[in-house]
Amino acid sequence: MRGRLVIVLAVGVLLSVPLFAHHGGAAFDIGKSVTLTGTVTQWVYSNPHLLLTLDVKGEDGTVVKWLVETQAPGIMYPAGYRKDSFKPGDEVTVTVEPVKNGRPIGRIQKVVLANGTTLGGINSVPIPPAGR
Amino acid sequence: MFRALLRADFQRDRTTRDSKRHLRGGSTMLNRVLVVTAGLLIVALAFPAGTFAQNYPRTSSADGWPAPVWNYPPITDQNRKPAPRHDLTGTWGPVGGHMGGVQAGGVLAKPNNGRPENQLPYTPYGLELYRSHKPAEGIDAVLPADNTDPRNKCEPLGVPRYNHYNIRLTQIFQDETKVVILYHYDNRWRVIWTDGRKLPTLLDGGVEIDGQFREQRIFGYSVGRWVDDHTLEVQTIGTYPEDRVWLDSTGRPISDQVRVTETFRRVDHDTLEWSETIDDPKVYTRPWETMRLPMRLHDPRTDIMEYYCSPAEAENYNKFFGNDASQK
Repeated sequence: MRGRLVIVLAVGVLLSVPLFAHHGGAAFDIGKSVTLTGTVTQWVYSNPHLLLTLDVKGEDGTVVKWLVETQAPGIMYPAGYRKDSFKPGDEVTVTVEPVKNGRPIGRIQKVVLANGTTLGGINSVPIPPAGR
Repeated sequence: MFRALLRADFQRDRTTRDSKRHLRGGSTMLNRVLVVTAGLLIVALAFPAGTFAQNYPRTSSADGWPAPVWNYPPITDQNRKPAPRHDLTGTWGPVGGHMGGVQAGGVLAKPNNGRPENQLPYTPYGLELYRSHKPAEGIDAVLPADNTDPRNKCEPLGVPRYNHYNIRLTQIFQDETKVVILYHYDNRWRVIWTDGRKLPTLLDGGVEIDGQFREQRIFGYSVGRWVDDHTLEVQTIGTYPEDRVWLDSTGRPISDQVRVTETFRRVDHDTLEWSETIDDPKVYTRPWETMRLPMRLHDPRTDIMEYYCSPAEAENYNKFFGNDASQK
């Protein structure tokens, strides 16, 4: 199935070193959003982060492997993430906050699963009303 | 006629006796009702409404493994229950919810955001240490490849940093000799002795106990005393040196000369306030408050999912996915 890619990219200098020496927030382009539709290739339900890889086919037919993440399993459980939320072959649409250097990496803001369920990012876990 | 009169008298007497018996029975019944009513009134006055209802979030699981619930109604004058004496026991979560104690941006009271009110009183050595750290978070965060946080290698964070790293559901147990804190992150635990033992003497590179030089400890040596019915004051010394531990995830330093003072105040049955001040003359010119964290009591049956740090999984995360992400 052809996937569609809708991108707003921040152009940066590509680094030649692996990106994820357990990162903080500095790597991400805060406030930016990218929406991707693609096919799941792997779902890693593990610490320190939940990881989802998916093949996203561009309009020119080029397939780009995206790596998207969210927080640890125990933190995202109340948001609905489960060990079996994804399986290879699932068609999903995910909105991410991309990294600054333009690589196909981001953190999940929202994801629509193959069954139509929508899961959010870290801010989707319910919290008490402010001011208490 | 006389017999008739006798029979009438007897009948009247029997009626009277029956009436009296009936009255006595009725009186006994009334007494019982009065006693029960009085008892109920006493109970109602002694125990305000809601005493027997729990204020912690309702959870449900058919198999008995309820997940945490973070959004819950506030404590008000209507549902507030009194604090138990000398008791911190419970499963406690930040009042602000699951992100209320994360402190990724720095210690709760002084986030590392560059604002003047959050500047710290560094000694020259303390500032030099801070600048040598390459943190993943805060105003001086670096790119991931340059991050030197000891946490990346799953090094134990130490006290007081365990108080400033992803505080979520924290369990506290106690007996007559100690209070034990079970931290969520990495399933670490810490003992605070409340049996009146002496706080060791802080020395250079260690502590003194019974005239002997003793080792530094990643969790230090903690001694607590109840300053009133609901407040435990804790002193901790003898922690790890500054080349092994940080104060928080933004790279602020902490040395082995720190004296950590914590206060655990049971505000009411469902509310705990956890405060901390550090006095570290090696890296800071004066004591300063790092945290004042209000917490709510949660369902003790809550299934707290693991949040461990595994060197193998961290390596897998760094190498495999990092390499995959760097190929294009």
